[in-house]
Amino acid sequence: MSAPPSPGNRKLHVSDLDVTFGANASRVEVLRKINLEVGEGEFVCILGPSGCGKSTLLNVIGGFLPASGGAVTIDGERVTGPDPRRIFVFQERGVFPWLTVEGNIGFGLSKLDPAEKKKRIDHYVKLVGLVGFEHSYPSELSGGMKQRVEVARALAVNPDILYLDEPFGALDSITRLIMRSELLRIWRAEKKTILFVTHDIEESVQLADRVVVMSSRPARIQTIVEIDIPHPRDLSSPRYLELRDGIFGEIGLAHKI
Amino acid sequence: MRLLRKLLPLAGIAILLLGWDLAVRSSSSMILPGPGKVFLALVELARKGLLVRHVVASLFRVTWGFLGAVVFAIPLGIILGWNRRLGLSVSPFLEILRPISPLAWIPIAILWFGVGDPSAIFIIFLGSLLPMTVASMNAIRSVPQIHVNAGKNFGLSDLELLRRVVLPSILPQLFVALRLTLGVAWLVVVAAEMIAVRSGLGFLIVDSRNAGDRYDLVIAGMVLIGLIGIALDAGIRKVEVR
Amino acid sequence: MNQRRLEIIFLPLALGLLFIAGWHFAVIGSHTKVFPSPLAVYRGFAELSRRGVLFPYIGASLLRVGAGYGLALMTGIPAGILLGSVGWASRAFGPLIQFLRPISPIAWIPVAIVLFGIGTTSTVFLIYIASFFPIVLASMNGVGAVPKMYTDAGRNFGLSKGKLLLRVVFPAALPSILIGLRLALGIAWLVVVAAEMIAVDSGLGYLIIDARNAGKRYDLVVAGMLLIGVIGLGLNILIRRVETLRPVQWGFRAE
Repeated sequence: MSAPPSPGNRKLHVSDLDVTFGANASRVEVLRKINLEVGEGEFVCILGPSGCGKSTLLNVIGGFLPASGGAVTIDGERVTGPDPRRIFVFQERGVFPWLTVEGNIGFGLSKLDPAEKKKRIDHYVKLVGLVGFEHSYPSELSGGMKQRVEVARALAVNPDILYLDEPFGALDSITRLIMRSELLRIWRAEKKTILFVTHDIEESVQLADRVVVMSSRPARIQTIVEIDIPHPRDLSSPRYLELRDGIFGEIGLAHKI
Repeated sequence: MRLLRKLLPLAGIAILLLGWDLAVRSSSSMILPGPGKVFLALVELARKGLLVRHVVASLFRVTWGFLGAVVFAIPLGIILGWNRRLGLSVSPFLEILRPISPLAWIPIAILWFGVGDPSAIFIIFLGSLLPMTVASMNAIRSVPQIHVNAGKNFGLSDLELLRRVVLPSILPQLFVALRLTLGVAWLVVVAAEMIAVRSGLGFLIVDSRNAGDRYDLVIAGMVLIGLIGIALDAGIRKVEVR
Repeated sequence: MNQRRLEIIFLPLALGLLFIAGWHFAVIGSHTKVFPSPLAVYRGFAELSRRGVLFPYIGASLLRVGAGYGLALMTGIPAGILLGSVGWASRAFGPLIQFLRPISPIAWIPVAIVLFGIGTTSTVFLIYIASFFPIVLASMNGVGAVPKMYTDAGRNFGLSKGKLLLRVVFPAALPSILIGLRLALGIAWLVVVAAEMIAVDSGLGYLIIDARNAGKRYDLVVAGMLLIGVIGLGLNILIRRVETLRPVQWGFRAE
């Protein structure tokens, strides 16, 4: 088990969250009594097998789905709907295909004056490594590049929290490794709070400060594992392997195939 | 809540009827009838046995014209889609023929078939032939190459390939095309009947106006056309689902 | 690649020449008095041009299409988008539109004549009715097919309902709407010809009917038909070009 963030540092608070879909005979209880706290600047992974409800959890936290019971509070305020201060990053299909890279990244910046907007866009284009592609359309980009556009678009509005829902799921494994280190680089540079949903155990140990391991439907938090390895993480270090194997064991998976 | 959903379309129609009625009353038009009059006109047609007669006449022509077209169009479309060279040669001509309204063929139809049923059926035939051919052609072209390759891998001859891989693969698209083309055929039959024959819903509309400004019958005819159009569409959808 | 391009041009050309030759000999061989030979049709074109009616007729037809179609575009797209985004609206009015759609524009002619009399206004009205429904339906469907992800992202960035429609829903639905626009343009062209056959005294549809009635001038009839076909094709190609513009191209590629 791990230490929750100190009270002064608490940013996001999920208390006794219940989510149920459907009614009467077709009732499905998806999430039960979820309690979670996330501190400012933390990188938290929500880990679980496909279909266990972790995406639903993230969607409720993001304000896209209503809770059946309990609440989500951020900075003391209750979450009632999507908010530009907390941007959700979908898989690379979330990029708007009718806008260029520039257009996408600048999407949330309509309140800025043109000069400021251009500066902001250029900063994030550089940050995600897409210089030269500002006028390209998403259909001309690879999956990894599209994902960078979406991350840049999210960051450009300077949100407090980023929610990422299996953002690298559609990418090949090599690109995935590259994207993970990119994400960590950006995280350290921008110092955002990040909630990251994945079904990939390795990914969660490589990225997170804490890993929230969830069980299957109805989903409950099984355990929270603190990853105390410093960045940049050595993927062959004994501690990494120990933590990883620990989670394998938690989920009940054997090592040998 | 579910009941409310089901009732919504009725609400929409009700609003239309009310709006129509109000418009007619407020415009003090002597000619355009309100919904009440149209309903009475429908009843009159039913009583005189004309309702059935005209509907059947129109359906009869549509059926012959449409089926005739389909019988030619599907094989033709398949051949044109299958053989790339042939498709390339013929496509431009199909594209030029397509924008020519079937009605523009009326003088030619009358020249070849005289006034009467054959002319009307010919017009419907033409109106259905082109869309159906083009649709079949496109359907063949869109069969994924991997399926064709898999078939060849299993040693199927060209004919078997057609029968066992290609045809089942394009069946859904063919049904959609059939439904759309039937809609077109239904549009065309009305137009064809206005000019060349003496029965059917298109004729009813033109005749009611010419013979005595019976606009209530005109609109009654339009209502029937709309209803049957929906029925035909729904009918094919049922077969599609199977 | 070069061979392909050659094929695209020469194969139809070859077939066309074959066809014209076949047509020519068929006319000669059957000793028909009325059906025109290719040469007669060509002369027909020349005559129309000489008489100074060729371009005015084409212009009249195009103008009517432009007016009716343009109106349908301007009213149909907003109507369709609204119907598609307000949940209960599509359920209430959808079936109504489905009901009105199969009613051939031709069937509306008597209504048009009552409302507007014989003349261009009637034809424009008919073209409007004929184009309106496909555009509304395509817009409705386009809006319905917008992935929830896009509207969710839009809301996430704090867009109001109106801004959401303008900046997310409309661009996302645009490819579908364009398909409807292309369809409607084709229909509009079909209808203008039909409407002109009945309700006015200029334009290509009128040319065909008049050529036959006034003197069994089948050469002019066929000339008119060819004109209709070629111009219709031209319109179709034009709107296909719009589909290749970058901001909508994404919707037309095979993924």
